[in-house]
Amino acid sequence: MPTITYLEGVIAAQREEMERDPSVFLMGEDVTWNIQGTTKGLVEQFGPERVRDTPISEAGFLGAGAGAAMVGMRPVVEILMAPFLYVAFDQLVSIIAKSTYLYGGQASLPLTIRLPLFYGGGNAAQHSDRPWSTVMTIPGLKIAIPSTATDAKGLLKSAIRSNDPVLVFEDANCWSSRGEVPDDDDFLIPLGQANVLRTGADVTIVAIASTVKMAQDAAKQLAEDGIQAEVIDPRTINPLDKDTILDSVRKTGRLVAVDPAHRMGSFASELSAIVAQECFWDLQAPVERVTTPHTHIPFAREMERPLYPNVDKIVAAVRRTMG
Amino acid sequence: MPCVTWDHCIENTLSLQENLVPRVAKKAVSEETARQMYSRMVRIRRFEETAKGLLGRGELYGGFHTSVGQEASIVGACVALEPTDYMVGTHRSHGHPIGKGADLGPLLAELLGRAGGVNQGYGGSMHMSDFSVGSLGETSIVGSGFPVATGAALGSQLQGDKRVSLCFFGEGAANEGTFHESLNLAAVWDLPVIYLCENNGYGELTAAHRVMKVPDVAKRAAAYGIPGVVVDGQDVLAVYEAVRQAVRRARSGKGPTLVETKTYRFDNHGVGLPVEHYRTAEEIEMWMTERDPLDKGRQVLSAFSLSDEDFKAIEADVERELDVALEFARGSPAPLPEDAFKYVYTDPIEIDR
Repeated sequence: MPTITYLEGVIAAQREEMERDPSVFLMGEDVTWNIQGTTKGLVEQFGPERVRDTPISEAGFLGAGAGAAMVGMRPVVEILMAPFLYVAFDQLVSIIAKSTYLYGGQASLPLTIRLPLFYGGGNAAQHSDRPWSTVMTIPGLKIAIPSTATDAKGLLKSAIRSNDPVLVFEDANCWSSRGEVPDDDDFLIPLGQANVLRTGADVTIVAIASTVKMAQDAAKQLAEDGIQAEVIDPRTINPLDKDTILDSVRKTGRLVAVDPAHRMGSFASELSAIVAQECFWDLQAPVERVTTPHTHIPFAREMERPLYPNVDKIVAAVRRTMG
Repeated sequence: MPCVTWDHCIENTLSLQENLVPRVAKKAVSEETARQMYSRMVRIRRFEETAKGLLGRGELYGGFHTSVGQEASIVGACVALEPTDYMVGTHRSHGHPIGKGADLGPLLAELLGRAGGVNQGYGGSMHMSDFSVGSLGETSIVGSGFPVATGAALGSQLQGDKRVSLCFFGEGAANEGTFHESLNLAAVWDLPVIYLCENNGYGELTAAHRVMKVPDVAKRAAAYGIPGVVVDGQDVLAVYEAVRQAVRRARSGKGPTLVETKTYRFDNHGVGLPVEHYRTAEEIEMWMTERDPLDKGRQVLSAFSLSDEDFKAIEADVERELDVALEFARGSPAPLPEDAFKYVYTDPIEIDR
């Protein structure tokens, strides 16, 4: 099985799906010569009709993706940096999320929205958001957050084949990670299937995006002290594989929910509520959240770095649950 | 010259129009097409009047915006399309599907919130969309339809199917960012789309000249390097001819056109709003008596072998059609409460209740 990087997984998924299905095309800002490398080599192979540079008009081209999807195309729209999605928010909420419903099932929107995101690198408040919490509140959108090379490829391919709008958040902190990825055109990771990365009987750590690796590192550290943590990456937060997570918490009696987004209304918060409601009598300790506090992201690294989840914070949260 | 009153804009338009849009050639319109134009305008008028009657009797609820007064603008544009062409509309959504050829029964059932409604009761008055006649949705957030119509045109271009997209919008929407973004995108990619401005002079309750420095939305076309034309929106033939030319341009791969129709809504912004402080009774009266699109329609369509008897026969047919539609709508069952969970996704996922 070949070993590739996360970023190579993103490119391979797009290439394979474009080879497989002529209705798949890609558009976004600078996609023919992408500064981040997320679309490398695609225009050379598929030409400028199917790999289209857009004006800097997020509402215009994201909404155009919706219109093209309604007439039988499978557009992949890249939002160059995830916070630029805010510029196109009405199209996302009023059109993309709601058209299937509003028109009584007459419309389908097989649209993939790719959202590279960057935080932790001194980009300050406007460029460092992790907006999945915001879009998670909107019915009609499916949300994938791959954390590994395998998931990057497998989830993006599932998103492109989905008949619904899927947002795929591509955390740049994971881009250089490497993994073994089957060299199979039909290798897919289904939406709604969590990944149990480590099994353990004492505590369940559910983590997403860049914090998955931190959770694994924390689990290793805890194991040295005899604490066996189960680490779960849900991979998609809508649909959410609740069964896998709830089964784990019923077994361990403890949950640490880790999410690099702001705490208020985060995935970690929603998961905490689900677990508190559905596993209350199985819990042996209060649920812990490791998130980013409800402040903006500052530029200076002395202020920025301490805000995000890290291995030490996860270890400390686990220890609190162990009493 | 800045436009100071709505009437002034109209006078300007009417004087310019002869130069901008050649009169339609008689041979360009068959008797059948002329008949269809009048029939669809009457359908819209009588549908709205029937629906207003139901609203008055409490059979309907929710926001309610009628297309009365704008029938020629809608029908002239829609008849210039093929049935397979696409259309995107607005919150003032009753007229567009009728103009494109939709059956009246499911539209009326939708207003009543019934399962047999065109949107199965999910959309209501502001979103009545019949995909079987090419609708891609009537969308009630002002300006939100531009990108959709543009994207459908992109889909058509990529598929090479020669379809065009017609995007209805009000002049108020021309001040939304999506107008600029979409016209620019369609222009640089030569997309087969016609942006059809129904300029009724008022964005909700605010006169257009108070919020827009140029008198004509069509002038903005110059900023995108595409043609912009202005027509008398009360003259179904003038609208038809302008859109027909825009469709020909779009289908031949030459790109988008902005067509502005100067029209007027005879009802208030929303039916049931209390006061019309923003326009005078004289202005409304003048439009209703002198610029009614149905009166104008009979006048211009009589050139195509249609007599007064023909017009009366068409009107009688529409009455019969409406009786059937009303019977269908009232007989259609209400949706079930659990239906609120359908259609959130095409490939369903479990939703906690």
